[in-house]
Amino acid sequence: MSPGGAGAKEAPKYSKKDFESDQDVRWCPGCGDYAILSAVQKTFPDLGVPKEDIVFVSGIGCSSRFPYYMNTYGFHTIHGRAPAIATGLKLARPELKVFVVTGDGDGLSIGGNHMLHVLRRNVGVTILLFNNRIYGLTKGQYSPTSELGKITKSTPMGSADRPINPLAFALGCGATFVARTVDRNIPHMEEMLRRAAHHKGGAFVEILQNCNVYNDLAWNVLYDKDSKLRNELRLEHGKPLLFGPPDERQAVVMEGVVPRVVPANAVSESALWVHDEKNVNAAKLLADLFAPEFPVPIGVLAAIDEPVYEDIMLEQERRAISERGPGDIAKLLTSGDTWKIS
Amino acid sequence: MSEIAAAVKGNGKSLKELDRAVVRFAGDSGDGMQLTGEQFTTESAWAGNDVATLPNFPAEIRAPAGTLFGVSSFQLQFGSQRVYTPGDRLDCLVAMNPAALKVHLRDLKPGGLLIVNTPAFDKRNLDKAGYAANPLDDVTLGERYRLHKVDMSGLTHEAIKDLPLNAKEKDRTKNFFALGLVSWIYTRPLEPTLEWIQKKFAKNRDVAAANARVLKAGHAYGETAEIFSEHYTVEAAEMTPGLYRAMTGNRALAWGLLAAAQRSKLPLVYGAYPITPASDILHELALHKRFRVRTVQAEDEIAAVTAAIGASFGGAIGVTGSSGPGIALKGEAIGLAVMAELPLVVFDIQRGGPSTGLPTKTEQADLMQALYGRNSESPVVVLAPATPGDCFYVAYEAVRIAAKYMVPVLVLSDGFLANGSEPWLIPDPDTLPAIDVEFRTEPEGFFPYLRDPATLSRPWVRPGTPALEHRIGGIEKQDVTGNISYDPENHDHMVRTRAEKVRRVAQEIPPITINGPATGDVLVVGWGSTYGAITAAVERAQSAGRSVASVHLRHLNPLPPDLGHVLREFRRVLVPEINSGQLVRVLRAEYLVDAVGFNRVRGLPLASDEIHDAIIQLLGSHA
Ligand code: SF4
Repeated sequence: MSPGGAGAKEAPKYSKKDFESDQDVRWCPGCGDYAILSAVQKTFPDLGVPKEDIVFVSGIGCSSRFPYYMNTYGFHTIHGRAPAIATGLKLARPELKVFVVTGDGDGLSIGGNHMLHVLRRNVGVTILLFNNRIYGLTKGQYSPTSELGKITKSTPMGSADRPINPLAFALGCGATFVARTVDRNIPHMEEMLRRAAHHKGGAFVEILQNCNVYNDLAWNVLYDKDSKLRNELRLEHGKPLLFGPPDERQAVVMEGVVPRVVPANAVSESALWVHDEKNVNAAKLLADLFAPEFPVPIGVLAAIDEPVYEDIMLEQERRAISERGPGDIAKLLTSGDTWKIS
Repeated sequence: MSEIAAAVKGNGKSLKELDRAVVRFAGDSGDGMQLTGEQFTTESAWAGNDVATLPNFPAEIRAPAGTLFGVSSFQLQFGSQRVYTPGDRLDCLVAMNPAALKVHLRDLKPGGLLIVNTPAFDKRNLDKAGYAANPLDDVTLGERYRLHKVDMSGLTHEAIKDLPLNAKEKDRTKNFFALGLVSWIYTRPLEPTLEWIQKKFAKNRDVAAANARVLKAGHAYGETAEIFSEHYTVEAAEMTPGLYRAMTGNRALAWGLLAAAQRSKLPLVYGAYPITPASDILHELALHKRFRVRTVQAEDEIAAVTAAIGASFGGAIGVTGSSGPGIALKGEAIGLAVMAELPLVVFDIQRGGPSTGLPTKTEQADLMQALYGRNSESPVVVLAPATPGDCFYVAYEAVRIAAKYMVPVLVLSDGFLANGSEPWLIPDPDTLPAIDVEFRTEPEGFFPYLRDPATLSRPWVRPGTPALEHRIGGIEKQDVTGNISYDPENHDHMVRTRAEKVRRVAQEIPPITINGPATGDVLVVGWGSTYGAITAAVERAQSAGRSVASVHLRHLNPLPPDLGHVLREFRRVLVPEINSGQLVRVLRAEYLVDAVGFNRVRGLPLASDEIHDAIIQLLGSHA
């Protein structure tokens, strides 16, 4: 069976080109979205899903232009509502492989409520949230992930709102798959896309994305070569939380219920924190780690198996039909209290 | 209440024949008045009468007992001829407590039957209702009305004293005493209620036994007590032969969707957020998964409509339902369906507003919202059912039009239709018009906005269809290709095309039925739930020889193509509405006719008497 419960159809052999649409891509030159688009198009031939069974749903924002550039079915909808549109689509057509492309403003501000509910319901859609910590399309206002004190056109003296952490949000919503990757780390991005697409249920991937026009190098902590070496924490299931250059390896360990960074050689092997994707509580702690006090985790924070929304709904339908037969309006109309007038 | 004949039965009580009667049960929200009224309605329908009902209850779920605002009532009119409305003035009022008496007495006709539950008229309840003295002690009450003071609570307890229920449980059955008594007064059969009790309380034999016994006790009380010297029959109405059932508007909307889903062989996705008075549609549909109806109780109104749109994109029938405040929230998404040219059905069960307004009361003030309540040029089809049973056909029609024209269709029901019920002639579903949905599968020559020349609709393509992958969305697009386009001329062309597509729905509208002569002095034009009140008023004026007719619009956008012609055949046009004048504005703007409104916005249906007065006044001013 192909990912996401897609139908039994055999997928032909595709190349990247098969997923490129005939539309001119209209992002600013240098935008991180190009790399994400390319990574998606490159991984899709391996999904094993016929391309006519793939649907991209988006809201509004730079990222939401994405569907136009994919030669699949696509629906560019209204601001923030893509998760709800996708929910209805999956209910109508559970066999389709549905992707939601959204941004930090679209997905966590105007559409925050829908994001919450699509994740808690565990609807079988793959959500790619491009986080550039800024409103790009509307020309540079601070976003819900912008750091406190962010100076933008709408906040000349600095923003007064504290940022939301997308990973912590997703985990708090009960998401069954949560991952983070970076637009400038192509192989990792491809791996995360594959993992997310194969997850049974709702998958949430935060992609740290560069808006070179309005918020350049917001993720420099993972772009700058030296900084990346010091700060990137690769999460791998079953592997200890180790990071940093080979001669300065560091470990993230738990002291009581508090994560701490210590030199790797100062802890015994048994005291290391071994990453477990099935441990959602541990994932919640990982979600909060960030530079400079902590490394920045990338990879799959959590991947668990839970009942999928549309599976439950469709199972109820099947049960109703198998127990009482398919609906018959003529019978329904004459059921219950009726009387004859002659 | 006209009395046709009188007979005397063996028990010395005379039996009078009436052609119609209006009865209202009123009590505390905890007194079970809705249930009592519904059962009395079923009994009357069994007796072969035509029936119209008006439930009226407070917005609070458990309003404080005994208070004026906690009063709940159920009114019905039943008759041996067509009954168009629940009636204006009451022939019989049952008041279970002082608050109910205070709120409803003014509607009772002089000389009408007034039945009160005496033990409820204690100091506490009198205080809560704001009575300084017990109104039952006022002799004029008995002079103005045929007052019957009945110790319903006491007689109820007496009838079931041996049953193992506590005092509170026993007291709760007293509404069945009232029902039994009024059933005797109007010679209604008890069978349907007895059957209902057995079914409803199958799991609790004692409660079933208590309710049945109290019902019979009420009936026997009427039969034997000295105080009732006469009772009444209402002959069966002459109705179209066939099989009937009671139908409420909300259930009819839900069943209309089921019929459409079955006929079109498509799954149906209904997105809704709980809201009064629309929630019962969601509840009803959730019971019928066998019809491949999938209900989503969405996180909010916007998600409810967008889930429906997502389903339509997927090739299912997408439907959402709400009331006015929810429709306001859905506006932007309805615009998306206009732009993406996807089928979508939206039910608006109107209620008193603005804002939270009067959630449980009726109103017709969302017409302008339905027609224009979205940003920019955003035309949609607007339909309105006239009666509870008509909701079935309108829901079905909405799906048919939405799918055929790839367009959103708004249906304007209201609180009165939603909860009101009528005896409904059950249709043969095979006689409903076909819903032919053809999904495009042919890649040759395909464009997402290629148009059907007759309907202007674009092809509906199910994702999953090979070689037809395409993208649509809310950005303006070039006609035919569907590519994003900011071209000024193209936008102007698309604005006109979307409007023309809705205009073409006029080819679906049958010629107008005129109730009365095709030309004359006054034409009354109505829409929605005022149908009964308008028809009754017009027929009354007609039988007095007045030159009056009425038309009732089911299609509000587009309007029927022959409406302009019909309007011009009358000297004056009167438009009664439960709003401050919405359709009247549309008619004046559209046809340059000097139509006048009759407008009352009280949260209640219009009374046929007041419409009749307005007709007479207009006739006078013209003469
Ligand atoms: S504004 Fe920023 S996010 Fe948007 S396309 Fe340009 S660079 Fe990319």
